[in-house]
Amino acid sequence: MGTAADSKKEMLALDGKDPGTVRRKLLEKYPPKIARKRDKQIVVNRIEPDGTVPEIQSNVRTVPGLISQRGCCYAGCKGVVLGPTRDIINITHGPVGCGFYSWLTRRNQTDPEASPDGHNFMPYCFTTDMQEEQIIFGGEKKLRQAIQEAFDNFAPKAIAVFSTCPVGLIGDDVHAVCRDMKEKLGINVFGFSCEGYKGVSQSAGHHIANNGIFTHVIGTDDTVRAGEFKINLLGEYNIGGDAFEIERIFDACGLTLVSTFSGNSSIDQFANAHTADLNLIMCHRSINYVAEMMEKKFGLPWIKINFIGAQATAKSLRKIAQYFDDPKLTERVEAVIAAELPTVEMAAAQVRPRTEGKKVMLFVGGSRAHHYQELFSEMGMRTLSAGYEFAHRDDYEGRRVLPDIKVDADSRNIQELEVLPDADRYRPRIDECRAGELAAQGLQFSEYDGMMTEMVQGSLIIDDISHHETERMIAMFKPDLFCAGIKEKYVIQKHGIPLKQLHSYDYGGPYAGFKGAINFYEDIDRMVSSRIWGYLKAPWQKNPELTAKYAFE
Amino acid sequence: MISSHSREAYSLGQIPITPSAMATQNGCKLCAPLGASLVFKGIRGAVPLLHGSQGCSTYIRRYLISHFREPVDIACSNFAEQTAVFGGGANLKTALENVSRQYDPALIGIATTCLSETIGDDVPMFIKEYRAGRNAATVPPMVHVSTPSYQGTHMEGFHAAVLAVVSALAHDGTAGSEQRVNIFPGMLSPADLRHLKDIVAAFGLKAMVLPDYSETLDGGLWDTYQRIPSGGTSVEDIATAGSALASIELGHTLASRTLTAASLLEERFGVRAIRIGLPIGLRQTDALMLALAEVSGRPVPPRFTEQRGRLLDSLVDGHKHVNTIRAAVYGEDDLVAGVTAFLSEIGITPVVCATGGRSRHLTAAVQALVPQKRHAHITVLEEADFAAIEAAVAAVQPDVIIGHSKGYAMSRRLSIPLVRVGFPIHDRMGGARLLHVGYEGALALSDRLANALIDQRQAASPVGYTYM
Ligand code: SF4
Ligand code: SF4
Repeated sequence: MGTAADSKKEMLALDGKDPGTVRRKLLEKYPPKIARKRDKQIVVNRIEPDGTVPEIQSNVRTVPGLISQRGCCYAGCKGVVLGPTRDIINITHGPVGCGFYSWLTRRNQTDPEASPDGHNFMPYCFTTDMQEEQIIFGGEKKLRQAIQEAFDNFAPKAIAVFSTCPVGLIGDDVHAVCRDMKEKLGINVFGFSCEGYKGVSQSAGHHIANNGIFTHVIGTDDTVRAGEFKINLLGEYNIGGDAFEIERIFDACGLTLVSTFSGNSSIDQFANAHTADLNLIMCHRSINYVAEMMEKKFGLPWIKINFIGAQATAKSLRKIAQYFDDPKLTERVEAVIAAELPTVEMAAAQVRPRTEGKKVMLFVGGSRAHHYQELFSEMGMRTLSAGYEFAHRDDYEGRRVLPDIKVDADSRNIQELEVLPDADRYRPRIDECRAGELAAQGLQFSEYDGMMTEMVQGSLIIDDISHHETERMIAMFKPDLFCAGIKEKYVIQKHGIPLKQLHSYDYGGPYAGFKGAINFYEDIDRMVSSRIWGYLKAPWQKNPELTAKYAFE
Repeated sequence: MISSHSREAYSLGQIPITPSAMATQNGCKLCAPLGASLVFKGIRGAVPLLHGSQGCSTYIRRYLISHFREPVDIACSNFAEQTAVFGGGANLKTALENVSRQYDPALIGIATTCLSETIGDDVPMFIKEYRAGRNAATVPPMVHVSTPSYQGTHMEGFHAAVLAVVSALAHDGTAGSEQRVNIFPGMLSPADLRHLKDIVAAFGLKAMVLPDYSETLDGGLWDTYQRIPSGGTSVEDIATAGSALASIELGHTLASRTLTAASLLEERFGVRAIRIGLPIGLRQTDALMLALAEVSGRPVPPRFTEQRGRLLDSLVDGHKHVNTIRAAVYGEDDLVAGVTAFLSEIGITPVVCATGGRSRHLTAAVQALVPQKRHAHITVLEEADFAAIEAAVAAVQPDVIIGHSKGYAMSRRLSIPLVRVGFPIHDRMGGARLLHVGYEGALALSDRLANALIDQRQAASPVGYTYM
């Protein structure tokens, strides 16, 4: 098996702790049935020579009573995927809370001036605010009125409706209401049956959102916009201004961004996204369905890229240049990288004396727990353990395991759309021969290798980490930094360990691209070097004789 | 007398009324299980558990956490699609089992979400079934409260949970057998709760404050792991609430409820129920002092007379900044009533008093608290959203807006300064440490009000005066 060097690395991977013991400690409090279930979701990484990694159970239902990080299907659909689009009025059909809690809490930014009409409905929260009457007699009438009101007050070009839990039970036909209102108002109106109980996490909502945008919006406008090297960026949500930085880099490289799903986006961009020539996938989990369906219907290939991390950004830009295979573009891309990288590397060198060797854990989302490891390694920080909140096996182990993934009852109910090539508009962008050539040069289409293949041997991967396991990990490893979300933030910090929010970036960002990397280094440096953690105990607590001494004097 | 109707604005004067809308645009209320969870967080060793799908508990946790900046554990029975069809009994039992095992709680507080309410799950029966198979000594007490958000806001959830806890746990006591008073404070900040406890203690009384999340939601760093943050009112103290001298419940709009925790204790044990408004401002705090003096049979301790003096002194000092000023206030019914009373004491006219709440009692409370000659200038909005509130505020252009973070967009659009009070405050530090009650709370509030006005004048002055 492994060489001596390998096993040394492994020692380092878990801080020299025995993985078996660590796992046992994580599970010992659970009743046997739950321990057995969680056992399959906690895996020690091992990359075989052929690149395969151990199987990790994921995308399975959280056990009732275990406090999880996860949200619901509605949150994934309305909050994550559709939320960042500025000019669709999103109406939450349900009681007041669901809409209120998802009201502008994700720190998505947008630039309303980028659209001629200047529409921006993101700061608003529209809900039918269902009352008992609707629960008993049905809410379709109220929904109809809500759509009408939104139209009368704001004249938007599109309205989307999101169903929350009670709606599914009382049997409102939101899609029929949307169809009627679309006809009546002459604007695009479409609905999502994203009731919170569907699926096991936000992930189901991503899929439902993908299906809905694909069915109701993508391909509704065939206008071909001017510009060369047309791309779509998928799975980028402009948290803390990430999309702005990526757009800046694209501009500098001479790439034409047709649409982003969905950071800093307008519905008009979705409508003619199919006119681009390449789809770039950032967050594979939340958006891969759209990419797959666009490929089938319109012939657009997709590649996985990552703009988190300066090196990763450079690598991603080179992949794009490789695809378009145009000397002018390649030259420009290289010039941009040459101009930007040195500054970033200088910034990294500045923080490294304080960050080098520090230990970090990342438990978040469906792609960030992977992507952010890049930034940490640029600062010399080590990832001890990581895991996703709502990802599937392919996000951990790579898409090669797709055929082996068992579909359970929870996922079976999420519709897989039947997609066929469009009779007029299907246009393969590259032929198979060329794709094969590029693949031989290392440009993989429709591939994602997952998080585990890029992590150190022997590190610990935990899917859907519970509150209890989080506590255990903290106690056992005392990492220098923990990355998760706001729900975990204060419990971790109670232990004197700083937490970086990787959903909303706390108050910071952008962290993508070149400038973002510098921001991130600086923010993390401040966190892991903060002196506050050293003051945890008062002098008289640290040293009880002190009080006695002063008292004596 | 003006009657109450839903979704309407009542003009006590000539201000135009916002038409009622069907949908809610930018709500000014949260949902019922959030209020109930907050109550359970105020009981020592308790774990809240929501019966429904996990999204609600996740959203509610993230919301409470972003205000309090403290860990907030809320478990969930985690419905699946099949559960939604066949009912949540099995899920609830699994959840109860797991919560018991992980936390060893002193109490599990179970609130329902809209989903389990729509299904019509019989939660009391599930609890009974769960307990039946187990050794009573090892199973923690459980309190169930029904909290459908299509019937009420977070305040309905809050008050319903207080009542449910008292009703389920208070089974002992002879009224007046202890030098103790029950305080039902309503939804106040941890700083408020600490201050209230100090006040009661100064009268030589023990206090059973329900809920008391002053420590659980505003604690220090941990040197050892706390499975459930320390603090809160103990189950034992709630159990013997019947032996108190009196119960004091705070909040005028509680009058809209047929049964409250205090009235229940009066019925069950003969513990006298006293209802006063939230002690915000001078007269409301005076009322609290008088009530405590009467219950304890002791005079008001001199330090409160001193605090009152300092408050008055500062009001005299600051009156040039605040007198004749016009303000808009929004938030929970009782908070708005309390702040309104205080504003009118210091010469500020509360031109808009708005709530998303549905006690339908705010209008009456405002009428009672503000001198009649000012009524003509006041618009009261009940069951309002921010679309309605902003329209009303824009129409009267007050000098200052008072309320929680969700009004920031309005304050920005209208260029009117916002002074933050209440919940949620997620765009400032220290939301949980804001003091509203007592003479000290009034002092803090009046300073912040005056400073917001000074700040604006200073910023607008072309010269940049430093002596205001
Ligand atoms: S379903 Fe009801 S309980 Fe759940 S978040 Fe929505 S309003 Fe609140
Ligand atoms: S009711 Fe359903 S949709 Fe709404 S927050 Fe709860 S789980 Fe999500």
